[in-house]
Amino acid sequence: MNCTDLLSRLGDYFDGHLSAELREEVRIHTAECQHCKVVLNTTHQTIEVYKGKELYEVSPELRERLHSAIMAKCCGKK
Amino acid sequence: MPTIQSPVTEEIHPDVALVARAKNGDAAAFEQLVRQYERQIFRVAQHITQNREDAEDITQDAFLKAYEKLDQFQGNSKFSTWLVRIAVNESLMRLRKRKTSKTVSMDEDVQTEEGSIPRDFAEWRPNPEQLYNQSELGDILRKTIQGLPPGFRTVFTLRDIENLSTEETAEALGLSVPAVKSRLLRARLQLRERLSRYFRQKKEGQPA
Repeated sequence: MNCTDLLSRLGDYFDGHLSAELREEVRIHTAECQHCKVVLNTTHQTIEVYKGKELYEVSPELRERLHSAIMAKCCGKK
Repeated sequence: MPTIQSPVTEEIHPDVALVARAKNGDAAAFEQLVRQYERQIFRVAQHITQNREDAEDITQDAFLKAYEKLDQFQGNSKFSTWLVRIAVNESLMRLRKRKTSKTVSMDEDVQTEEGSIPRDFAEWRPNPEQLYNQSELGDILRKTIQGLPPGFRTVFTLRDIENLSTEETAEALGLSVPAVKSRLLRARLQLRERLSRYFRQKKEGQPA
């Protein structure tokens, strides 16, 4: 596996869709290639740092306002 | 008499019953669906449009459209995926209106490889969470995702922030599964590159 192969398989790698054989090839390549090791680690950190983050919080007030507006529009309910 | 093997029953999503009741005019069932998804729809709309007022309008419009078209919902996909698809379309339409001279679609800005080739090879140490407090980190993450083209931003939001599956994301965006995979990878790599400016390990003697 070279750097280009690794990059093209990165998506499947993170989504757990790589065969054991290919995962082993990734491991061997990143043990030797510092650049790919960093790309793999920091892309993983990128996904993790965003995962499940509520970057736009919905305050209880906003939620109540939204909810009332939706129900008024849809069912004529206040 | 031979016994008939019953097929393994798949677990039925609780939304199926709620949608059926809502289709029959049960407002309480529809309200339950609204409660379940209003925050998610708002977040998706805000991520795509980057505008709070637009996101509020879109959330209302998306539920109204869903309510009006409930009869057309066949149940081939999850109700939530169908709802997200409506909200994504409304959001992209809103972006198009805002930028009258430029078309905005899922295909925009995806022709170029720019930004998808890694250039920064520094580890992130210490971890972003150790380097910044929650509020600073939130600002950095928001600012960084805002800089992505809408097509990439949307795929990343649905897949990695809202945790939709690849198939659900493809359905919600009207894209093929390979197209979602390719955009997601490029979105992740572009975000990695941009975040490296903040999180890369500082060399000794270099100001933080």
